[in-house]
Amino acid sequence: MGDLAWIFISAMVVNNFTLAYFLGLCPFMGVSGKIYTALRMGAANIFVLTVASVCAWFLDTFVLPYAPFLKLISFILVIASAVQITEMTIKKLSPALFRALGIYLPLITTNCAILFMAWVQANRGYSFLQGLAFAWGAGAGLTLALVLMASIREDLEFVKLPAIARGNAIVFIIAGILSLAFMGFAGLFTS
Amino acid sequence: MPRQTTPGQDLTRGIWRENPVLIQMLGLCPALAVTNTVVNSIAMGLATFFVLLCSSILVSTFRKLIPSEVRISTYILIIATFVTIADMTLEAVVPEVHKALGAFIALIVVNCMILGRQEAFASKNTVPRAIIDAVGTGIGFIIALLMMGSIREILGYGTFLGFPIFGSNYEPWIVFILPPGGFFTIGFILLALNWWERRKLERARAGEPPAGAAVERAA
Repeated sequence: MGDLAWIFISAMVVNNFTLAYFLGLCPFMGVSGKIYTALRMGAANIFVLTVASVCAWFLDTFVLPYAPFLKLISFILVIASAVQITEMTIKKLSPALFRALGIYLPLITTNCAILFMAWVQANRGYSFLQGLAFAWGAGAGLTLALVLMASIREDLEFVKLPAIARGNAIVFIIAGILSLAFMGFAGLFTS
Repeated sequence: MPRQTTPGQDLTRGIWRENPVLIQMLGLCPALAVTNTVVNSIAMGLATFFVLLCSSILVSTFRKLIPSEVRISTYILIIATFVTIADMTLEAVVPEVHKALGAFIALIVVNCMILGRQEAFASKNTVPRAIIDAVGTGIGFIIALLMMGSIREILGYGTFLGFPIFGSNYEPWIVFILPPGGFFTIGFILLALNWWERRKLERARAGEPPAGAAVERAA
């Protein structure tokens, strides 16, 4: 159990996918305007990460030993299908949310966080449960970063910014400061 | 719109005016993640350039054969194939750079810049024009990566391409090679670009009283 918790916390805060590895920056810049959409975007990501993790583990265990060069191609196909399923589910269950997420929902396919998670999980030879812990940690980390950024940006709307800092520039600088803060988690596990 | 542009415009558009990273905000993950040294930036830039060029050629060649319903998946598969080639080549030729770039080579597949060029240009234009466009965008990407890489290596290590440039008294600004440095560097580059754009606008408007102060004080 110990190593599962370790993998989860490590992927969530110590090596936060967005703030330490720069993964998933497109949604991080795009849908971090409001806490509501940020939370749901995070939930959609967690779902896709879970499906991708399970599929990647099956592929890695049963198929890829016979055809290692297919790794990247098979992973990306699995992720694209998982995103398609998520998209159809959300469209069915909550059309309002579907509209709010807009283009960023199909773009989860090209969210580097998902592919990175599958790739690293395979490279580190994680077991099925370890893979799931890794995927959930990564998803929780993405959601955490998105929500933190969204709550800052909601307040940012009431602040008078210098004209040159409006738009993406200030978001990147805030992300840098958040990232500095997250560096404080480094060394959380010393054993 | 693409029809009215000349080949020269196709080439230069991607290099600066519609620079994929700095203006369009595409391909940010690699632009931030592997640019802590100049060598890594160059390797990443060249690998991406190769994948972009080859996929553009292939997509453009088969543009009439690819059914539009499955075009995105087809593009992704084409891109993934070339990334696999680039990954294996780098591993064989420059193993230490391959190790430094790590999983980010594989992540070229999900670089939205490449997919964006296929969807927006290569799938609608002839092969020569797709090549020109890919070369322009690729060079723009390399330039952006080099800017990031140079700033971060010079400030973070005090070196350029491994040669010390500040002398032995320089205390390296470590934060610039760590993750926050990536965010800060691109943030400041964007600030500078915004300032530049606004100054150009002000100059164009010279004579008129400046509408709304150029720099409002932060509260």
